[in-house]
Amino acid sequence: MQYMLLIHSDESGWSKMTPEQQQQGLAAYMAYGEALRKAGVFVSSHRLRNSTDATTVRLVNGKAQVLNGPFADSKEQFGGYYLIDVSDLDAALSWAARCPGAAHGIIEVRPVWEMPRN
Amino acid sequence: MHLERSRTQMDPSSDCVVVNHAGRDARAAAETVARRSYGKLVAFLAARTRDVAAAEDALSEAFASALADWPEKGCPSNPEGWLLTVARRKIIDSSRRRRTHEAATGDLSILAEELDAASMGSADAVIPDHRLGLMFACAHPAIDAGIRAPLMLQVVLGLDAVMISSAFLMSPAAMGQRLVRAKNKIREAGIPLRIPEATELSPRLDVVLDAIYAAFSEGWVDPIDVARRDLAEEALFLGRLVAELLPREPEALGLLALMLHADARRAARRDERGEYVPLAEQDPLLWDTQMIAEAESLLRRASTLGTIGRYQLEGALQSAHVHRRRTGEANWSAVVSLYDALLAMSGSPVVAINRALALAEAQDASAALSALDEVSGDPRLTEYQPYWAARAQLLARTGARAAARQAYEIAIGLERDPSVRRFLQQRQASIGS
Repeated sequence: MQYMLLIHSDESGWSKMTPEQQQQGLAAYMAYGEALRKAGVFVSSHRLRNSTDATTVRLVNGKAQVLNGPFADSKEQFGGYYLIDVSDLDAALSWAARCPGAAHGIIEVRPVWEMPRN
Repeated sequence: MHLERSRTQMDPSSDCVVVNHAGRDARAAAETVARRSYGKLVAFLAARTRDVAAAEDALSEAFASALADWPEKGCPSNPEGWLLTVARRKIIDSSRRRRTHEAATGDLSILAEELDAASMGSADAVIPDHRLGLMFACAHPAIDAGIRAPLMLQVVLGLDAVMISSAFLMSPAAMGQRLVRAKNKIREAGIPLRIPEATELSPRLDVVLDAIYAAFSEGWVDPIDVARRDLAEEALFLGRLVAELLPREPEALGLLALMLHADARRAARRDERGEYVPLAEQDPLLWDTQMIAEAESLLRRASTLGTIGRYQLEGALQSAHVHRRRTGEANWSAVVSLYDALLAMSGSPVVAINRALALAEAQDASAALSALDEVSGDPRLTEYQPYWAARAQLLARTGARAAARQAYEIAIGLERDPSVRRFLQQRQASIGS
């Protein structure tokens, strides 16, 4: 089953870190990605730019309404994801617990909606 | 549709119920298999697909077929295998209707292989027991904590939502919906039906045991209400199952011991007029000696396995109370130290109350009252009847009669069981002015 591990964290944490700490943090993510690949469960992953760079769009009466900023106005922002393919929720949860994001934020684990194949 | 345990009835209006001797035999055979094997069959059918609801539906259709088929053709030599084979066919049929053939083939061919190995007609075939895995799925941390015990009662024992809802003081519709949501979650989120890895086992087992104990406690509240009494028995059955399947887990043994000790006193907990009798006034001759002996031997076995835990301590406390009442030897300081250990482990204000009551016997009522004062700030206690009853009892012993009467007043107002309420009223009246 495919699960998406969504990383939600306080973005201000990153800017408060020293360059060495940032380096260490990045290295931890790199190592995590490598471990996922080695285990053969990695599907894809991306880190997103800060939510200050986000723009939201919705149609209001047929016209696009464009707003600056992220959708959710909360301290923790969605900052990146890992898409993994594992046997069950327990396996997904144990990978989520290893994600560096679990230490500085919260990982939401969501099963991917499987589309019927034709 | 679920099988209604204890008061089993399988749609009496349907024509599959043949009212003759063979029909009764077939029906009795089906009911026996239902009672003994329901959870085993559900667990086996859902082990791969994680689709508990589909397994339950297929199984109840298979039971209906059995009632139609067995009276005519006689009971099969392996009734479980017969039911599995029919239920599998139902699952395959409905799966083909719902999904494309290709998508379904993977799961189904595995299921078919396992079924062929396990069930096909052979009388001595053994169906692998995945019930414990099913219980771990029901008590998974991803399942809402409040629905874990009801879910387990339904899918492992086949109890219907109406019976469960009345025991858990919930409307049948709400209970039904929450059960459906929980089963959907198991399927869609991919919660595995298996025993967790050794490193995970201990915390996950605690959750399973807590759910069983929650069911037992719901059932134990009122020893006279039939639905509740059945619930305590079913919880005891689950406790036995876990202890049998995990015989090296001391807490599983401890929980079973605790429940056996509590249940052993069932007959003594109400007098002949149905009035509440506290432990200190119960007649030990009414206690079930066999259950007590079993509980004691479980506790001894658990103690050789090296880790102490909440349920072993609570079981040991029950054991100490039983020993005191039977022999007349005061053992209050031992009881206080057991409560100390339990309190250190759980930090529960409920444990603190019981510890205070034991302290009143080991030392005196004013020592107990100051111990009680230490937890009196806990907001959970303001609506907790035993806290006020304990307080009232201790106040009365120190001679603070007005304060004691007032504390009893609150306790009486909080109690839902009329017989306990009358007991508290008598205590209140006995204080005098």
